[in-house]
Amino acid sequence: MKFGVVRFPGSNCDQDAYYVLRDVLNVPVDYIWHADTDVRSYDCIVLPGGFSYGDYLRTGAIARFAPVMDSLRAHAERGKFLIGICNGFQVLCEAHLLPGALVRNVGLKFICRQVHLRVENTGTPWTTDARTERPLRIPIAHGEGCYVADGDTLAELHAGNRILFRYCDSGGHPTPESNPNGSVDNIAGIANASFNVLGMMPHPERASERLLGSDDGRGIFASVIKRIARL
Amino acid sequence: MIAPETYREMGLNDLEYQQIEGILGREPTGTELGMFAVMWSEHCGYKFSRPILALFKTYRKAQEEGSLENAGVVPLDDRLGIVFKMESHNHPSAVEPFQGAATGVGGILRDIFTMGARPIANLNSLRFGTITGKSREASRNRFLFEGVVEGIAHYGNCVGVPTVGGEVVFSHCYSGNPLVNAMAVGVVDMGSIASARAEGVGNPVLYVGSATGRDGIHVATFASVELGPDSESRRPNVQMGDPFMEKLLIEATLEALATGDVVGIQDMGAAGLTCSTSETASKGGLGMTVDISKVPRRETGMTPYEVMLSESQERMLAVCRKGTEERVAGVFRKWGLNAVVVGHVTDGGLLRIFDGDTLAAEIPADALTDRCPTYHLETRDPEYLARVQAVDPLLLPEPTSYSEVLMQLLASPTIASKVWVTDQYDSMVQTQTVLGCGAADAAVLRVRGSAKGIAVKTDGNGRYCMLDPYVGGKIAVAESARNVACTGARPAAVTDCLNFGNPEKPDVFWQFRRAVEGIAEATEAFDTPVVSGNVSFYNETPEGAIFPTPVIGMLGILDDVTKCCGMAFAEEGRPVFLLRADNDATGGLGGSEYLAVVHKLEAGRPPSIDLEAEKRLQACLLAAIRSSLVASAHDCSDGGLAVTLAESCMAGGLGVSVLMRYDQFGQLPPSAVLFGEAQSRVLVSLSSERAMGQFEKMAEQFGVTAQWIGTVGGDRLRVTIDGQLLLDEAVEEMKAKHEGSITSLMTAKGA
Repeated sequence: MKFGVVRFPGSNCDQDAYYVLRDVLNVPVDYIWHADTDVRSYDCIVLPGGFSYGDYLRTGAIARFAPVMDSLRAHAERGKFLIGICNGFQVLCEAHLLPGALVRNVGLKFICRQVHLRVENTGTPWTTDARTERPLRIPIAHGEGCYVADGDTLAELHAGNRILFRYCDSGGHPTPESNPNGSVDNIAGIANASFNVLGMMPHPERASERLLGSDDGRGIFASVIKRIARL
Repeated sequence: MIAPETYREMGLNDLEYQQIEGILGREPTGTELGMFAVMWSEHCGYKFSRPILALFKTYRKAQEEGSLENAGVVPLDDRLGIVFKMESHNHPSAVEPFQGAATGVGGILRDIFTMGARPIANLNSLRFGTITGKSREASRNRFLFEGVVEGIAHYGNCVGVPTVGGEVVFSHCYSGNPLVNAMAVGVVDMGSIASARAEGVGNPVLYVGSATGRDGIHVATFASVELGPDSESRRPNVQMGDPFMEKLLIEATLEALATGDVVGIQDMGAAGLTCSTSETASKGGLGMTVDISKVPRRETGMTPYEVMLSESQERMLAVCRKGTEERVAGVFRKWGLNAVVVGHVTDGGLLRIFDGDTLAAEIPADALTDRCPTYHLETRDPEYLARVQAVDPLLLPEPTSYSEVLMQLLASPTIASKVWVTDQYDSMVQTQTVLGCGAADAAVLRVRGSAKGIAVKTDGNGRYCMLDPYVGGKIAVAESARNVACTGARPAAVTDCLNFGNPEKPDVFWQFRRAVEGIAEATEAFDTPVVSGNVSFYNETPEGAIFPTPVIGMLGILDDVTKCCGMAFAEEGRPVFLLRADNDATGGLGGSEYLAVVHKLEAGRPPSIDLEAEKRLQACLLAAIRSSLVASAHDCSDGGLAVTLAESCMAGGLGVSVLMRYDQFGQLPPSAVLFGEAQSRVLVSLSSERAMGQFEKMAEQFGVTAQWIGTVGGDRLRVTIDGQLLLDEAVEEMKAKHEGSITSLMTAKGA
């Protein structure tokens, strides 16, 4: 089993993802340079958070043209696992590996805080080990995390149970007040139709150790590790 | 012939100009004159502050040994060290808040990674004028506040260094002249600290990073004059930040330094190429020849003067071993950065600047750095001093409702929750933040690769310093040390940012000298040496000088980061104590927030501080936390005991019932007991009732008082003194006031 973490110029959560996988989940992990074109040896690849290429244009708009992206597309088509966190989610949407888009937070300000997430589908490769007795506590840190999609796309997402996480209050209710950025239907994370590609705005790698205030994010990594081990 | 107006406009006086002619043995060229002007400004040359800064032992020693580096290093364990420094970006932020603050963060980060340290945290100490009300002034202050916060957020978030703490204080005296002090912390392998010294005659000099433009020319000179009505026209002087470029520069620099081929490196901060070439050469006792026609440009037609004085951001100067230049440049190019050999190290100590074949400047490098004239300025007691100190706050009438006062204080912008600010900062990236903004008295970080952790905090009270800069200086150190001790960290070292008015005015220079005396005395008492720092003068507008505002950045070390302590009342039934070593007959009302908010008075004498008693208090607190007796600890400061209690309640979402007697407070009136800011006091909740006996015994051993005052529980803050219920507030209501205050001021535009 091998994990890869992509480094775009301007990625800044690449090291956090790397350390969580190596030191907390104890799985082999490499960095993948944005100019690399061969990713065949990896079972799961992380597109980390940050500001790829500065994100001075639309977030993720330049990263989608990075040399590594074609091989990531092939990786996903082969059914291998791909997770985009924060900026990684934005890149996946720009690259049309996931539907919809992420636009500026409704309050127009960057928000970094601990939020609650309800796991909407526990039957996916990413959520079998996720805690369900109460909402997950995982932080967000983004300026452009407002998820938008057209009606048809939303209907498809709902019909396919592809919305994996929704923002909610501490009691597990996805209320308007608990929606930090104005995302449609409180959507915080979605998967593709075959569930091997996940995009989410919250940062599970920041919530994988009790010392940092929450280890609720660890279950997401643990789930996919278990799935890969079973393959 | 150079006209006197020319050099005077650059900030040089007649005598200094004559000295320059004396050094060169001829009239300087325009480029040379500009280089001298900027290097001999107070901002770069410390020509006024240097004699006073010599009061700091470590500074004096470093100066004597010629070992002043960009930022001080404090050992963390046997392998890793902590590097930290604070710097002001006040004047740029006054005219262009977003870029001014952003580049302040960028500049201080470069000071850290230029030493080979990975930046792990940012903090900011900010001061603004009043933001309440519909006046033009308040609206301008809100604009500055909003822009500064956004600038810090933009830069810090993008560059991937968490902003973990700081303070924001509002007072009329900062109207039009905000203070933006940025502090950065880094971690370095002690065995591979990079030097800013040029070495080896013939070694190539590399220019790396962003291209050079016309931005930021003469910013250092701009920082060395008062702000005035035409300051707005200085906007083009302000540099533009590119945090993406900085992120690349961090990664590339650390990777390049790891090759071992770089012998000296310095960032191009104030005075850009002029400063980095002259300082590295001068430190190595060598010279340097540079051809600026090779410098990457982002504008055409730039003169040598402009290239040498540009303060374009995200640039570094590196000296590498001869023959390794291609390998080192290759690392920077891999990250998409410019890397060009622009010159080489020479012997003889001359800095020679060519523009192609034309010699544009030829100056002994040390003339720019070491021969900057030093002035011993006159001091005089300020006139206002006797007047403000004569006020006795204990003679003022008591308020009619203590409850109303508490709510007023919780909503006053200085005390109110800063969540509107801190939510905009990424405080968690790098996954080392254990206790972030608002969770404890100082930010606590684990350090990857070490069992130990650090606590960091900035602190400074301009009002105290206005009333008595010597006492205010001591309190700034004592309080920041107490803050890190509240998390369980041992105070280890200090960086400072000294913000004052125009030093050429004797009463301002008196404030400066007295404050530094206080800081020097306190840092020696706590054994927390000042390892780095920055002076910012000329913080004046036509309305007058700011309050003298020295800001202390304190570093604490936690031997076991898992044992760190927050400030929240987290569990019902826990006993609450006031751990105190105060002995203040005034109750600490002088200069208090209570006095300012309720009586609209900024007067009296600041709280008294006994450094020896403070040390005992902190030692006792640390021992109690280490023995797991203490579950929360929170320093009594702005707003006094009542606000401190409220903050611990709000942080944990639990109430507290407090019972006290006036005889425990020297029969002071309720206003002083509740809102007085007497020093050397910490509010703690114990881990359990069983811990009480041991805790009390420990306090006795350390010679401090452990006063039981109540129990955590319920959802209200209730304070009873001598049988009279003075405060009875719902925690949720306090929280709504505290958290809503700044947000509503900023969204309703002051209404």
